[in-house]
Amino acid sequence: MSKNRPPAPALLRGLTRARYSRRDTFRLAGLSAAALALAGCGVEGQGQSHSDMTEYWEGRKSNGKVRFANWPLYMDPEKPELKRFTEQTGIEVEYHESIQDMPSWFGEIQPLLANGDDIGADLMVISNGQELTKLMALGYLAPLNREYLGNFTEFADEYHTMSAYDYGNKYTVPYASGITGIAYNPERTGREITSVKDLWDPAFKGRVGMMADPQEIANFGMFYKGISPDDSGVDDWKAAAEALKKQRDDGIVRAYYEQDYIQPLVNGDIWLTMAWSGDIYQVNAEEGSNLKFVIPEEGGTLWTDNMTIPITAQNPVDAIMLMDFLYAPDIAASLTEYINYICPVPHAKEVLLDRASELSGEEKEELEGLANSPLVFPSDSDYARLHNYKVLDVEAGEDKEFNSIFQAITQA
Amino acid sequence: MTRLREKAAPYLLALPAWIWLGIFFVVPIIGLLWMSLMTGNIITGFQQTFNVAIYPEVISAYWEQILRSLGYGVSATLLCIAVGYPVAYWIAFHGGAHKTTYLLLVLLPFFVTQVLRTISWKFLLADDGVVLGPLKAVGLLPEDARVLSTTLAVVVGLAYNFLPFMILPIYAVLEQVDHRVVEAAYDLYASRFHAFVHVVLPLSLPGVFAGVLLVFVPSSADYVNASVLGGTNNTMIGNIIQSQYLVNNAYPTAAAITFVLMTILLVGIFSYAKALGTERVMEVQAG
Repeated sequence: MSKNRPPAPALLRGLTRARYSRRDTFRLAGLSAAALALAGCGVEGQGQSHSDMTEYWEGRKSNGKVRFANWPLYMDPEKPELKRFTEQTGIEVEYHESIQDMPSWFGEIQPLLANGDDIGADLMVISNGQELTKLMALGYLAPLNREYLGNFTEFADEYHTMSAYDYGNKYTVPYASGITGIAYNPERTGREITSVKDLWDPAFKGRVGMMADPQEIANFGMFYKGISPDDSGVDDWKAAAEALKKQRDDGIVRAYYEQDYIQPLVNGDIWLTMAWSGDIYQVNAEEGSNLKFVIPEEGGTLWTDNMTIPITAQNPVDAIMLMDFLYAPDIAASLTEYINYICPVPHAKEVLLDRASELSGEEKEELEGLANSPLVFPSDSDYARLHNYKVLDVEAGEDKEFNSIFQAITQA
Repeated sequence: MTRLREKAAPYLLALPAWIWLGIFFVVPIIGLLWMSLMTGNIITGFQQTFNVAIYPEVISAYWEQILRSLGYGVSATLLCIAVGYPVAYWIAFHGGAHKTTYLLLVLLPFFVTQVLRTISWKFLLADDGVVLGPLKAVGLLPEDARVLSTTLAVVVGLAYNFLPFMILPIYAVLEQVDHRVVEAAYDLYASRFHAFVHVVLPLSLPGVFAGVLLVFVPSSADYVNASVLGGTNNTMIGNIIQSQYLVNNAYPTAAAITFVLMTILLVGIFSYAKALGTERVMEVQAG
């Protein structure tokens, strides 16, 4: 890693952005967008059928520009990857860090998409979860044309091509993934943490952090009860909620966090907490802290931020070309060097190791460390322990029941 | 013609305010009420079914968070009076030539956004942080004492965030108090205490009245403090509305809770105004 690279993208991301939330700062923006939607009563659901793929792409051509909406700190500020894209294709990229969290981004674009209006982006990065499911169910995402996705077909690993939320990548291709596991401070806990059960250990009363996101906390409640979230049902959710309620009422949980668990963990306010893999990797690198991240023996979850094309995109061909371009192994490697989350392109590991062999000293060590990290390129046995989120049937209103069960725990 | 113009002038002057309120308050409020009675979900769309049952539903589901929010609001308001009144008093009567400077100092922290201010509390009040750490080290606090993630932290956070809204109106009123009235009280053998209780305090009540409104309403409806400083059982109704809106996209539910909260606050304010209202305060002044 070069010295002039900004120090800690994932850490900064952790401090400034929060994948799911950043609610404190940005909720206002989202609320006002939602309020506008209300004022106009523009909240009619569409429920339209998915437009036919070939019909969508017929007669569409590259327009020489593309607008990319991404999360903050998800690409090197110098944008070397985009510069190379422009060099090779002549397509100009307008890059905006306009996505702060899923709920408010959804609140912002939903009224526009419902009216068939341009949202100001041709390519946007959406986390798997309820908002993505809603966007797909509402027919707001363009069906992807595999003819444009040669690199993706050749280089993406199977874990990213067989996701539960969009099997066969009809609407999404992954940008980066992460693992939800347990982070802990071994000096405080006094022992290694290996199991989800440790989050229920009375010895850590008031020192445990849990996540506020309904889906995240549900997953861990289910792991505790020995249930696999992927194919869980209402009874499983209730059983998990029962365990989570007891954990809360016994005073074991200190608070339910968005991504703001990092600082309390570093400060020692909490000793162990549900956490995202990339955060811990970077906190240790930057603060010299000795935090550990573990995929518990019961399992962890794999989440993915995906590139998608809104149905009202003005430049969909340019967007899908950029999508595919980012799957070339050397480009993917370059992205990963900055992002530090899981890379969906296994070949990028070789590229990084090759590059490391040309370096020496600390830089070589750092890059090798990144390439060999199981949190960036997980092994098959790591993947085997990772579960997918439960994909909720939003059309049947399953999300309503799910959320109410788990928000009753976190929002008491 | 001129007479007509004279008569119409006040209304014309008020027109921008009426248009403003009409567009940004009345229309959204009606939209909100309309929305709260709809059923459906974001995928299938929302249809108007005049589902009034939503109101008892949300009250029975969230009465605990509603009561808690009002309780936090009252506590934060009392705390603001306790802290803010002496400050306003001191600036008004003893601020001398530097009154403006002192007021600026009161306002200075509020040039930083509320979120950053609240988050910096997390750093200051960390369990082993700059404040609690030394107190624990010398044994003044037990080892496992904490401030963050507690009810206390939320209430203090609220009071801190809305303090200027208490200080400024009280200061504005105290500043107007005629010192000769206070001196007259002394001339009539009032002690400092009696002069304060019978002269200064009654004269300052309109400021306190305004301050209470300005602090109580926004702090009861706040959600930032509870989510940043609170722990497991500190959820306020603002947090519920926020997650119903953005996470669940349950627009009717969120609208209904908003309406319930608004009604409670309005009824509360009117009864408060009636009990302690400006009119009586004016009487005191006149008497």
